[in-house]
Amino acid sequence: MDRNAVEIRNLTKKFGDFTAVDNISFNVRKGEIFGFLGANGAGKTTAMRILCGLSLPTAGEGTVAGYDINTQQEKIKRHIGYMSQKFSLYPDLTVRENIRLFGGIYGLRDRQIREKTDALLGMLEMQSEKDRFAGSLPLGWKQKLAFSIAMIHDPEIIFLDEPTGGVDPETRRRFWEMIYDASEKGTTVFVTTHYMDEAEYCDRVSVMVDGRIAALDSPERLKSEYGADNMDEVFRIIVR
Amino acid sequence: MKEFTASVVKEFRHIFRDRRTILIAMVMPVVQIILFGFAVSTEVNDVRVAVCGDLADPAVRNLVDRIDNNRYLSVSGSLSSPSEITGVFRRNVADAAVCFGRNFGENLAPSGRAQVRIIGDGSDPNTAQMITGYLKGVIQSEQTEAEVAFAGEGERKASMAPVVQLMYNPAMKSSYNFVPGVMGLILMLICTMMTSVSIVREKETGTLELLLVSPVKPLWIILSKMIPYLVLSAVNFATILLLSHYVMEVPINGSLLLLCFAALVFVVTSLALGLLISVISPNQRTALLICGMGLTMPTMIFSGIIFPCESMPEVLQWFSDIIPAKWFIIIVKKIMIQGTGLVSAAKEMTILAVMAAFLLAVSIKSFRTRLQ
Repeated sequence: MDRNAVEIRNLTKKFGDFTAVDNISFNVRKGEIFGFLGANGAGKTTAMRILCGLSLPTAGEGTVAGYDINTQQEKIKRHIGYMSQKFSLYPDLTVRENIRLFGGIYGLRDRQIREKTDALLGMLEMQSEKDRFAGSLPLGWKQKLAFSIAMIHDPEIIFLDEPTGGVDPETRRRFWEMIYDASEKGTTVFVTTHYMDEAEYCDRVSVMVDGRIAALDSPERLKSEYGADNMDEVFRIIVR
Repeated sequence: MKEFTASVVKEFRHIFRDRRTILIAMVMPVVQIILFGFAVSTEVNDVRVAVCGDLADPAVRNLVDRIDNNRYLSVSGSLSSPSEITGVFRRNVADAAVCFGRNFGENLAPSGRAQVRIIGDGSDPNTAQMITGYLKGVIQSEQTEAEVAFAGEGERKASMAPVVQLMYNPAMKSSYNFVPGVMGLILMLICTMMTSVSIVREKETGTLELLLVSPVKPLWIILSKMIPYLVLSAVNFATILLLSHYVMEVPINGSLLLLCFAALVFVVTSLALGLLISVISPNQRTALLICGMGLTMPTMIFSGIIFPCESMPEVLQWFSDIIPAKWFIIIVKKIMIQGTGLVSAAKEMTILAVMAAFLLAVSIKSFRTRLQ
């Protein structure tokens, strides 16, 4: 299995006259943590929606987890996980019911769901909270739970859309530990973020400006290329 | 299939978790039926009639007995002079009065003509009109019978007086009108409003994205949202039907099966409308506003619940034709009260079915394109 997790060639998406994604090409290697950066409105979300099988490209081709983005959206959905910037759980369902629901819609069997529920609650040390409403959990727990649930069907790639918005640095650090764990187990991580310190944690980052990819490399190389001390500076030089 | 059941279970949980919503959904039909049934009533029921005239006169006696024996009327007392009528109306001890002319019997026997006055309490014009009309009917039917009896005696000409008789609903029971109306209104509210709000809510919280990125097909997501409300509206439909039949004594003259089928078609129409509203509304408030101002109000006004469509200006009549509830209410009236079968309700049934199919097609299509 030496194929890339994501391969994108000349991807374009237009909404009427507006070109949201302008002829971008990139690969994401299997098992790497790929940071997808860009200012608001740079086309990140549009590109990510296409990769997740939520939207069709206007032009271009590519594969996600080995499936065609133009024709095999259903297969893609089955093999990816997704967690969005907004709270990704149902607040009026309990922790256990949330796990059940997503296990169910990803087609897990009842027995698998039971096993997964136990394993997941154990791992997160949330056994005693299993009948609590997800809405009443502290934000840090919600995020960990949401991440674990997004991984419930052992996806090849997990898409994280600004997963750490609005949480304190300590919680963010612990959340990144979970991301590293997932990556070590072979899951490819595709993450968008606003926090430039988080960009440093990625294996490679791409920076989108006006629908194009303006830079793509490892944080170290980007920093030396632009002569910057940190990713924040790199980002500002590129976007300017 | 597994995916589908999981999402249906989830939708049911959402509904039953939200105590307030479920309470409103279950109690609203009961309250509406009871309110309309007992508070908003313009029907002839337990009408107290004061009589004024010579009660010793057999002809008068005969008419008074007839009034007293009527199911909906009762004689509340006799007055010695017409001037007392104002008093009994003011004290609210009578709803109408009947005054017989002097020598009523003597005048009636030879000529068939005698004076009788019916006085209604005009402070409530609708009810007064209904009551006086009904009383007139009762008295005229006596007169006609008298004329028939006289007819054999030759020379006397029977004077013709039209006798108004309302088929299917002789007492003008308003429940016959509002039960189908409330049925239409409730089913529409539950299906349209609650479905649209539940989809828009997920749009707002971003959880809809989660469902869409999952392998569950969009069509199944929509269906799983509709099924709980379908079940809920079935419960409501049964509640209204039982209440109206056993408490309001509205008959179910036609086929119950056909009635249920009509309700099903109407529910599908409403669900499709709800879906359409959820596509165009960016948030819950807009969805509620569209449902309230754009659906509930026109339905109340134009479906014939309150104002008869026939007496509207032509333009408004055309407008009322596009309101699904209007057709459903007509069907319900035909089946429940007239007791007709599929054949006579075929036109309305077809219109409703076409609306359902059209709205469902449009809403699913627009829901899909919205996703692209």
